[in-house]
Amino acid sequence: MNLKELYQEIILDHGKNPRNLRKTDNFTKDAKGHNPLCGDKVHIFLKLGDDKKIEDVSFEGSGCAISMASASIMTDLVKQKNENDAKELIKDFLEMIKEKPDISNKSLSENDKTKLMSLSGVKQYPMRVKCATLAWHTLTSAMKDSKEETNTEKFD
Amino acid sequence: MSLNNIKKEFPIFNEKVHNNDLVYLDSANSSQKPLSVINRIYDFYSKEFSNVGRSVHYLAVAATNMYENTRSSVQKYINAKDPKEIVFTKGATEAINLVANTFGQKYLKEGDEILITELEHHSNYVPWHYLRKNKGIKIEFAEVNEDGEVTLESIEKKINSKTKLIAVTHLSNVTGAILPVKEITALAHSKNIPVLIDGCQGAPHLKIDMQDLDCDFYAISCHKMYGPTGLGVLYAKKKWLEELPPYQGGGGMIREVKKSGITYGDLPNKYEAGTMATAQVIAFDESIKFLNKLGIENIMKHEKELLNYGQEVLRKNNSVRLVGNPKNKGGVLSFTLDGIHAHDIATILDEDGVAIRAGHHCCQILHDKLGIPATARASLGVYNTKDDLDKLNESLNKCKKIFNGK
Repeated sequence: MNLKELYQEIILDHGKNPRNLRKTDNFTKDAKGHNPLCGDKVHIFLKLGDDKKIEDVSFEGSGCAISMASASIMTDLVKQKNENDAKELIKDFLEMIKEKPDISNKSLSENDKTKLMSLSGVKQYPMRVKCATLAWHTLTSAMKDSKEETNTEKFD
Repeated sequence: MSLNNIKKEFPIFNEKVHNNDLVYLDSANSSQKPLSVINRIYDFYSKEFSNVGRSVHYLAVAATNMYENTRSSVQKYINAKDPKEIVFTKGATEAINLVANTFGQKYLKEGDEILITELEHHSNYVPWHYLRKNKGIKIEFAEVNEDGEVTLESIEKKINSKTKLIAVTHLSNVTGAILPVKEITALAHSKNIPVLIDGCQGAPHLKIDMQDLDCDFYAISCHKMYGPTGLGVLYAKKKWLEELPPYQGGGGMIREVKKSGITYGDLPNKYEAGTMATAQVIAFDESIKFLNKLGIENIMKHEKELLNYGQEVLRKNNSVRLVGNPKNKGGVLSFTLDGIHAHDIATILDEDGVAIRAGHHCCQILHDKLGIPATARASLGVYNTKDDLDKLNESLNKCKKIFNGK
């Protein structure tokens, strides 16, 4: 049963056919992330409009199905949001992955929430949580346009 | 003792993992422990415990004798000339750090070169890196070929007048390549270069004879030899241990301590500062006994048969790509599965009780060279059977089913 919760259809689909796996033309900010235990790597590109709206977000990288699916779903969900809403979503996602049973975020549609909750199966696999959080921590760095590589070992 | 039914000597195999029998294929990482080793630790702490080498009371004398007895057992097992050539450390990592630190301190200066290989585990690279940073030495890497081997020729190519030490693995923990360490040592010695062998994977699975290999240093990890964690062995030729400075300072390693100066103890105490892993050392004698009862020749034959069988099974599985194809290979099967990342494989296999390792196996240099961020690795020990490898293959087919729906 557990495995089915971890490798849900949505995850397998996003893992195999990641959305936004490319490099945004004329990106305005970017950051790289690395999970040294697994070797998962991600590079996130952001294009912000004048109103701090995320006009485009994309990523390059390689990793397991969980890390690729997480980056894919994340980029899908934050696109067209403004930066503050995206920050809020990152916070809510990380809380859900760590402790909270559910995600409470007002900017999410039911459909988006289902997508995001598909990643919650990872909670039962403590060694794999960092696979799911890599892209999200890296997105935070990208919003700061950090030149330092994000390293999942630095986070709980 | 026979290799048939050897699993029953290991209590861990009575345990269930996710309601399945344990199929343990992670011995290159660490081996399981036979009951005799586990009991020895229990008995020592319950009936015989004392610190060693200091007090003169009954328990201290008995513990000291047992501790030194393991040193002699290790000496005989690896055919060292003298028990004083056996230094206990907290692991093979510390053994290599000991050599890097003391040899570096005494003999290396800016521009000198240490020759290692692209196959090395981080523990036989990072200690040398410190010398690169602090002393300005250079580290050269002998190249791995497409079969995942490092040949004598590739070592020879990188030797020059600045090469001060050659440090190579005996058996690669990723490709399984067994290096021609005897020939490498002979070549190095012909140019007056000492040789360190990282024997983490060699010592548990191959016949090791220090007189035959003639290497200067050999590092051993005891927990990979069916022994306790927190313990390693550094074999070093006596002349080196006499010449090199001490590594860590503290109790037990000194002769005389004055405000004006300190003199150091004799071998091997000079390198064993502080209270050592006493229980582990004493229990490690049981690991040596266990290996001796099975006989290293029998172990090698058993593991070779399993390796051949495993390679055959995995090669028949169309989606599996074995990493490396060395002519002389130990019991390590690293592979990738088309379209499925190694970490996903490991998680899915775990559900069936099949324990493998996924990742770079502390060999990032090699994985960069291979252009693969991570591999899955099944590694063998004395307790494995053909049935274990069949179960591995069945679980791999399950991965394919989950990911590809067929």
